[in-house]
Amino acid sequence: MKLRQYLVFGLAAATMATSFQACRPKGAGSAVTGDAAQRTYIPPGQYDEFYNFVSGGFSGQMSVYGLPSGRLFRVIPVFSVDPEKGWGFSEETKPMLQTSHGFVPWDDLHHIESSFTNGMPDGKWMFANSNNTPRLARINLETFRTDEIIEIPNTGGNHCSPFTTENSEYVIAATRFSVPPDGADSDVPIDSYKENFKGHISFVSVDKETGEFDIAFQLKTPGLNFDLSSAGKGVSNGWLFISCYNSEQAHTLLEVNASKNDKDFIMAINWKKAEEYFKAGRGTKQTNVRYAHNKWDEHTHTASHEIKTEVTVLDITEFEDLAYLIPCPKSPHGADVSPTGEYIVGSGKLAALIPVFSFEKLQAAISGNDFESERYDGIPVVKYESALHGEVEKPGLGPLHTEFDDKGNAYTSFFVSSEVVKWNVETLEVLDRQPTYYSVGHLMVAGGNSKNPYGKYLVAYNKITKDRFLPTGPELCHSAQLFDISGDKMELLLDFPTIGEPHYAQALPADLLMEKSLQIYDINANKHPYKTNGESEARVERNGNIVRVYMTTIRSHITPDVIEGIQMGDEVYFHVTNLEQDWDMPHGFAIKGANNSELLVMPGETTTLKWVPDRVGIFPFYCTDFCSALHQEMSGYVRVSPKGSNVPIKSYTGESTPTT
Amino acid sequence: MKNSRSITSANRIILIVCSLALAAVIFLPIWRIELDAAQYPEGLELQIYSNKLAGNVEIINGLNHYIGMKTLHADDFIEFTVLPYLIGFFALCFLLVGIRGKRKWIYALFAAFLLFGIVAMVDFYRWLYDYGHDLDPNAPIIVPGMAYQPPLIGFKQLLNFGAYSIPDIGGWIFIGVGLALAYCTGREFLTHKQRKPYIDNV
Repeated sequence: MKLRQYLVFGLAAATMATSFQACRPKGAGSAVTGDAAQRTYIPPGQYDEFYNFVSGGFSGQMSVYGLPSGRLFRVIPVFSVDPEKGWGFSEETKPMLQTSHGFVPWDDLHHIESSFTNGMPDGKWMFANSNNTPRLARINLETFRTDEIIEIPNTGGNHCSPFTTENSEYVIAATRFSVPPDGADSDVPIDSYKENFKGHISFVSVDKETGEFDIAFQLKTPGLNFDLSSAGKGVSNGWLFISCYNSEQAHTLLEVNASKNDKDFIMAINWKKAEEYFKAGRGTKQTNVRYAHNKWDEHTHTASHEIKTEVTVLDITEFEDLAYLIPCPKSPHGADVSPTGEYIVGSGKLAALIPVFSFEKLQAAISGNDFESERYDGIPVVKYESALHGEVEKPGLGPLHTEFDDKGNAYTSFFVSSEVVKWNVETLEVLDRQPTYYSVGHLMVAGGNSKNPYGKYLVAYNKITKDRFLPTGPELCHSAQLFDISGDKMELLLDFPTIGEPHYAQALPADLLMEKSLQIYDINANKHPYKTNGESEARVERNGNIVRVYMTTIRSHITPDVIEGIQMGDEVYFHVTNLEQDWDMPHGFAIKGANNSELLVMPGETTTLKWVPDRVGIFPFYCTDFCSALHQEMSGYVRVSPKGSNVPIKSYTGESTPTT
Repeated sequence: MKNSRSITSANRIILIVCSLALAAVIFLPIWRIELDAAQYPEGLELQIYSNKLAGNVEIINGLNHYIGMKTLHADDFIEFTVLPYLIGFFALCFLLVGIRGKRKWIYALFAAFLLFGIVAMVDFYRWLYDYGHDLDPNAPIIVPGMAYQPPLIGFKQLLNFGAYSIPDIGGWIFIGVGLALAYCTGREFLTHKQRKPYIDNV
């Protein structure tokens, strides 16, 4: 009897346990559609449909992938040194990373945005921001190199950047950490935030032809944390929408103290108006700022660095019609404008709904003076309901970012509930939701921030990876997930690993960039001051303790490859000119004991490595990039003698008679 | 009488058109050598004009140094100075024969043009042979018994490169002109032969 009871009880327990197992949520296996492999497979020798430019977050770089394959093509060094490419190590690239704080070898590259013409990516440049030492960068899409970096004054943490206007008239840079304006008066108690700390929103103009940056003007605001922004387009062209948190103006334990208010703001700025005031000379020139402006010259293959000391500031509280605040629930993160420009989607990080504002209603409220009775630090506050188009009900938890497709739908990422939710912009009806693995941050629809989104693909950039790939110890890559959004339901196609922490990304159609991608630098157009015009001019020149080696590389030898007469205490500059004029024929250069990196010299380019020998002896150098069947033979020797030695300067290749 | 010593107006027009075509050849690539290898899916090409070399000359020179082949320089070829004038001369001859229309001249022109074509091809072959065989003994890559002479016309595998040698647009025009001239000459010769008994009777 007893045995039977035990058996029955045991059976019941086992049944219970297995049925609980069956209730567990299903994993990713079931989320993938059957022919996903086919839809992401690019056969060898064929090309992807899109270039995917992805921010590298704390790597400081920008990576370039193909979609839909998820294959990594290139990591473009921007704000961090990259010894692989000599970025920040060669004499030519060092000025690019100079700031008012000196040489800064690392930064946190947050967002990227392409240059626009008529609200569409024009394939000229990518813009990127650095969040730590506030800067803005411009990447050339012919060379896939960083052409310009400008520092942003009066700013702490350039997070709300590099969002650009409909024709890239301006790139925006706004402070995430309000700070007292630069200068000697900024030595204030930190708890005086409310009176002394200010926000600054910079309007950096972009030259239509050259792309060159210039900080046209800054708007000074009350102390606020600016998070993200989108410029208006179409009907709302001329306006800018910025999400603001910490309306509490807390300076400590923001986790709690900046989360008190039920609503923070989206700031709507009439930038056309601001431009008018600026051009009318209504701004104040501030001359106690110091900021770096670094430019790459493609003809000299060299960067220049200068410190600027002046910026024009307009205090928005001194103008009636520059800026308005729209209340937005719970510390808004994304402020995203729909393709038509009519709707502004605010995503409160801690909210359980998504408010969608209407530009038309906002304009009506402004012209009808439909404001809250109290201004916020002098800025008029529009009534929430007056600007509201509607709310997306029960979309998920923790909305962060919204992108749009070509069919009137919006896609919002939810960090807390770890999903992407598709909803209709007009009706605000939720249409579909798909889980992400895990905790999606930014997402990107191809062309999803433009006037005419390309649609088709959505990529979710997840903050947590955990078990998605083979484990690699405690430190894991971040994972991206590709969805096909051409149908009614989003379909998960692919996971792929990424570099650093991707925040934002852009996708450009392959044919916009493929044809104009540069293959070689024309050696006849090389205007580097230390270029070597052919092997016959390769030589070594001493001037005091400065020794310049005019060096050439071509398959498969370095000229000169025997160098004598170098002495202790010398500073040796290897000016390496790559004589090749054939695509994909870079040569590298490295020398034993160098305290920096290798050089990687593209065909037709001249690049310089500085080397200070630390002992006497023979130092081999060699080509680091396997260039040809005789690459291993592409090497040479430097002889270092004691200071004051009578070994003469001598150099040659292939003969033992001195050429100098 | 007039008919017996002149060529037909149709042939005269052909000769004048040929003259213009030859003048164009001075400015067009005459021959091309295409090279193909795994690393060059897009191919490399060497174009030979009447007065210069074009195409990927520098890249080909860079590659050829491995096998010790002399570098190609337009200055090394006396042909590039003479050839444009020679072709110009023939263009003038065609024009002259076309305008004057004397039958004997067309025979002379045909003979001269044929000779020119043969000499040109022999000369071309001589250069190909020279470049393919006269190799630097200190070259990094020496394959015993291997020569790198590209084919005069057609395809040949040279180590990892496939070499394909064919006339370019100018060369085809040249051949076309030659054929047209041969046709005219032949027609004139046959017509004249048929008429001869009649003339004799007169």
